[in-house]
Amino acid sequence: MTSLSAPMWGGPPGPRRAPWPGHRSGLQPFVALLLTLPALLLAQSPKNSCVECHAALDGAQAKPTQLFDRDIHKKAGLSCQDCHGGDPSTDDMQASMNRARGFLGKIDRRSIPARCGRCHSDAAIIHRFKPQQRVDQLAQYQTSVHAKRLASGDLRAATCIDCHSVHDIREARDAESPVHPLRLPETCARCHADAAHMKGYTIPTDQFDKYRRSVHWEALAQRGDLSAPSCATCHGSHGAAPPGVASVSHVCGTCHVVFENLFAKSPHKKAFDDAGLGACVVCHSNHEVAKPTLALVGVESGAVCVNCHTPGDKGFAAAGRMRSRIEELAASLRSSDEMLQRAERSGMEVSEARLDLATGNESLIKAKVDLHSFDPAVVDASVTKGLTTAQAVHRAGERALSERDYRRRGLALSLVTIAVTMAGLWLAAREVERRRGLP
Amino acid sequence: MMIRRVWNWVDDRAGLSAIHAFLQHKAVPVHSSTLWYYFGGITLFLFVIQVLTGVLLLLYYRPTPNEAFESVQFIVTRVEFGWLVRSIHSWSANLMVLAALIHMFSVFFLRSYRQPRELTWFSGMFLLFLTLMFGFSGYLLPWNTLAYFATKVGTDMAGAVPVIGGFVRRFLRGGEEVTGATLTRFFGFHVAVLPGLTTILLLIHLALVQKWGMSSPQRGGGKPVPTMPFFPNFVLREMMAWYGALAVLGSLAALFPWELGAKADPFISAPAGIRPEWYFLAVFYTLKLIPSKIAIFDGEVLGILFFGLCAAAWMLIPFWDRRSAEEERHRLLTGAGVFIIAYLVVFSALGYWR
Repeated sequence: MTSLSAPMWGGPPGPRRAPWPGHRSGLQPFVALLLTLPALLLAQSPKNSCVECHAALDGAQAKPTQLFDRDIHKKAGLSCQDCHGGDPSTDDMQASMNRARGFLGKIDRRSIPARCGRCHSDAAIIHRFKPQQRVDQLAQYQTSVHAKRLASGDLRAATCIDCHSVHDIREARDAESPVHPLRLPETCARCHADAAHMKGYTIPTDQFDKYRRSVHWEALAQRGDLSAPSCATCHGSHGAAPPGVASVSHVCGTCHVVFENLFAKSPHKKAFDDAGLGACVVCHSNHEVAKPTLALVGVESGAVCVNCHTPGDKGFAAAGRMRSRIEELAASLRSSDEMLQRAERSGMEVSEARLDLATGNESLIKAKVDLHSFDPAVVDASVTKGLTTAQAVHRAGERALSERDYRRRGLALSLVTIAVTMAGLWLAAREVERRRGLP
Repeated sequence: MMIRRVWNWVDDRAGLSAIHAFLQHKAVPVHSSTLWYYFGGITLFLFVIQVLTGVLLLLYYRPTPNEAFESVQFIVTRVEFGWLVRSIHSWSANLMVLAALIHMFSVFFLRSYRQPRELTWFSGMFLLFLTLMFGFSGYLLPWNTLAYFATKVGTDMAGAVPVIGGFVRRFLRGGEEVTGATLTRFFGFHVAVLPGLTTILLLIHLALVQKWGMSSPQRGGGKPVPTMPFFPNFVLREMMAWYGALAVLGSLAALFPWELGAKADPFISAPAGIRPEWYFLAVFYTLKLIPSKIAIFDGEVLGILFFGLCAAAWMLIPFWDRRSAEEERHRLLTGAGVFIIAYLVVFSALGYWR
């Protein structure tokens, strides 16, 4: 350890290094100059004996110095002593790592949140670097399951560095940050999908696998939609906790506002609350939210309605009616579309009818949304509107095909007239030539 | 009796007898290739169709980016027989180019450009150029996606011409990009400049045909070629050809109405497989095959220069084809003509399918 206090100009501790290339040659003065120049330039920046010594060490001791170049804190002008304490201005290890003078060394896991919060909860400090940066992370963290477990002495519970990394912390919007939206599910899964790590807790470890089969993952990972929901969207980030039964519809409703409003007014709201069921997830699942299809609704096998409703009850009849009405609209729109396609294949211009058909398809979407009112009358209103549009489109397609047939009859008549005229001209030409004796 | 009296009345004032006597004496050579003579007349017939349908379209068409597409849509969906007029105009434009090309090649293979018909050939070539320009300028007018991007590609090709390319492109576009300014000037070219030039040149072309009569094919030994009277024999047959063209045109227009497509949106990226009209496809596809750099030269520029030289050589055939001028057979030239047709057909097909 005493070697650490040796001046850096004397070289790192350990065996004496081999001389540089060019040693004892005529190049020596130039090489010396080349090596001295950067040293002179470096001499302009404040001394950091932490980096100087740790860079010369091996393995884990050196790792922080290798990582720290990429850290957002370094870019902001912070350095080791801002988190770990100590005095980097001296090479004297006794002085620089003097615990009596505030040196902390490796931060205890239980102290990490508070240590980060020292700056991140202080608006006066944080706003010097980033005026828009929020400062409630620590307060939120303290409401999280992670913080509560940590406080109870569970050192496996996540702290700041488990999600944000340490010594190479990046901004969340940096694509290489572990909390970037595209990487966040994998970061959470590092612990939550690890059965060994999660042993002893009462929660499953298949959330990540299920999430990767969901429509939300498809939007995030396959379409690259950074606004698509991932773990933190529903559970919170710093205040990560499972949403309670009563909160589920609010969580989903953050994005699916219309659905939440319809559900809140529906007869299911009270029934689910009374039964302690968590709103949306009862039908759509939580982590494995699949693309919803009409098969979810109705009284046939595969429909979620029959999980609760039985033949003869009011909800059973309503489920069957809503499904059949929406199917009726979908079939009508398909038929109208096929009619327009036939007209288009015949070269008919039906772009206006196509626009109307798009309106009809919007009614179909609206009817599917209205399903969340669980009121057949509400669904009927959208279906009826859509059917009216679909029938008008169908009639437009029929008119186009009728117009096509009219054109073809007109063409046939014209061709016959032209053929007769040509025959007459040919006969006239032959007659003239016969009279004049031409071949 | 009544018809005779009307004839006499007009004849006394307009001198119809002189025209009648002239037509009685005008003769057309009769030989195995007489059929090809009709394509000049068919081109003329289609031009007249273009003028008539073009005037009808003008009643509703509006040449601004905000209204062009909608006005054509209005014509084909709301105006009585508007679909037919627009479809005939579009199909007729294409058939006119085809008929003009057939006419040009028939003149080439029959060596009808021989002295003293050099000026007839030149005026015909200029008419073909104007016909292609009609097609190019008219293609943009519906302001749909395909037309917009094809015009972009076309004007970019014009921009690759050395020295004057930049000016030509800016002149055609009315700026640096294809915009409403391009549409306005293409409309001006299409309905005013080109019809005016074409009418003048067409009159010169017909006057030259009239002056020198129809060319007789080369005949060894100076044997006389049999003839038929222009009127009524040739006129009756020409009318049959016109009716035939009308039947083809009507069938195409009624069975395959010309598509309108989607309105042009300058802010979207060019759709895949964008290509110009079929009569530019062979050149377009060839230019695509040429490497971007040949030695230190730009490949596209070299390609355009090459095609420019070929067009100039083709145009000047009457001056350098001395053997045909001396009534000798020129098998090499005939072979070159066949090769050019094969090239145009094959490369147009490749350009369409690839």
